[in-house]
Amino acid sequence: MAGAAVLGRLTWRLAEVADVAEETPRTRTLVLGVEGWSGHRAGQHVDIRLTAEDGYQAERSYSIASGPDDDRLELTVERIDDGEVSPYLVDEVRGGDTFELRGPIGGYFAWSPGDGGPLLLVGGGSGVVPLRSMLRARPDDVPAKLIYSARTHEDVIYRDELSALGDDVLLTLTREQRDGVRAGRVDADLLRDAAFAPAEDPRVFVCGPTSFVESVASALVELGHAPERIRTERFGPTGR
Amino acid sequence: MEELDGNVAAGMLSEVFALELTAARGRCDGCGNVAALGEARAYVDSPGLVVRCRSCDSVLLVLVRGDGRYWLGVQGLAWLELAAP
Amino acid sequence: MSPVSRGFRGRSRSDAPRDRVPPGQYVTDDFPVLSAGPTPRTPLEEWTFTIAGEIDEPRRWTWDEFRALPGEQITKDIHCVTKWSKLDSEWEGVSVDTLLDGVDTEAEHVVAFCDGGYTTNLPLEDVTGGKAWVAFAYGDEPLDPEHGGPARLLVPHLYFWKSAKWVRGLTLRVDDEPGFWERYGYHNYGDPWREQRYWGD
Repeated sequence: MAGAAVLGRLTWRLAEVADVAEETPRTRTLVLGVEGWSGHRAGQHVDIRLTAEDGYQAERSYSIASGPDDDRLELTVERIDDGEVSPYLVDEVRGGDTFELRGPIGGYFAWSPGDGGPLLLVGGGSGVVPLRSMLRARPDDVPAKLIYSARTHEDVIYRDELSALGDDVLLTLTREQRDGVRAGRVDADLLRDAAFAPAEDPRVFVCGPTSFVESVASALVELGHAPERIRTERFGPTGR
Repeated sequence: MEELDGNVAAGMLSEVFALELTAARGRCDGCGNVAALGEARAYVDSPGLVVRCRSCDSVLLVLVRGDGRYWLGVQGLAWLELAAP
Repeated sequence: MSPVSRGFRGRSRSDAPRDRVPPGQYVTDDFPVLSAGPTPRTPLEEWTFTIAGEIDEPRRWTWDEFRALPGEQITKDIHCVTKWSKLDSEWEGVSVDTLLDGVDTEAEHVVAFCDGGYTTNLPLEDVTGGKAWVAFAYGDEPLDPEHGGPARLLVPHLYFWKSAKWVRGLTLRVDDEPGFWERYGYHNYGDPWREQRYWGD
């Protein structure tokens, strides 16, 4: 078992936006250069801090979207209506902008290849972001399945990258009927069909809105997965 | 109002702790439930960080930050289990 | 000094005359929701408000009885310790003077107790003499659960953590007993004009 990470001081560093990429109408990826960045484990997040001209500050946490071996640090941010920070990051920020960032943060919802598999990843909405980092970190000999619930086809983040993974990814849409795509919520039936069986002893990571995470985690436990093999990260209530 | 889980507290906790805490398991002094702090309920839209037991809701840990000082309350945790680095 | 993030505004804030706003505060039109725990949902049929402690006979009102008491419209500035001030916020509530009318007590302190276990302490003289209400409406609407509905304490002259959400009663006490935030590092009294945010300020 890995020892607890010694943090060293997690200081605020300057991040500069190198590039921005629209992912979906509601999400955007920011490609960042961060002074002194030392790398991360898949699943970890960063805290960012924005400062207005009058000194007012706001802090938020965002999961790291890039894999540990990627050249650049990437965050994928979803715009929350009436949000204080996300509309700024999704609609306003452009190349050359800077803000403060600290990380990588998190020892619980994180996975390294040495932790082993198989890897069962279940994501709701923008909960897929840290799971994509895990997929990028995964060596070929670790089996993985991603179950990803999105509202509509146009809300699916990383569509091309995920479809290249073929049957390892099951997409389900909750607000749209679309030919060839499964419809409905991630429930016990879907998990029974699509997830690794408890006997395969997967490491499970569930991420997304609080209600999604709670219902998926309960369903997995009821299907026989050991609670201690399931790790969760809640993003708060679904945007209204 | 916005209830998240302990993962969101990791950054703030790193300001006062040398070891990463969200992977650490703690025992709730209220009900005896043992779970990783990352699994606990966390309230961050608040005058301070409040971490509550997922099982019984009692307060495990509070961290208030203000004015160049911190107030850390850990009375609700019977213990925290940390692996040596 | 943190660098400025180009173009970041944040939550709506406005300037206000400094004599209107205590030191260190921003004025907002929003009504931020801050909470230390889950939002309780007590059905009105089960809700009661109790005055207990240093009192000959505890008093208790059901929701209907409470709403039958004379209420008032209250327009006051409110100040949160997290630096938000909201000017001319409009409430409707029952004055604590009405609830304590005729009470004979040696108490000098009160502790407000709430669904979910939150508490806060105040000197008795800070909730009497027209300074405090049990509020059941905000704007023209019944008080939303996330803002403390069905009823919260309203004590505008102190930092807003003293305006306890989901209040269910007041315990009259001879001696003081720190409440939730007072135990966790916040100031025991909380006067925004003297910037009494934290213990020791």
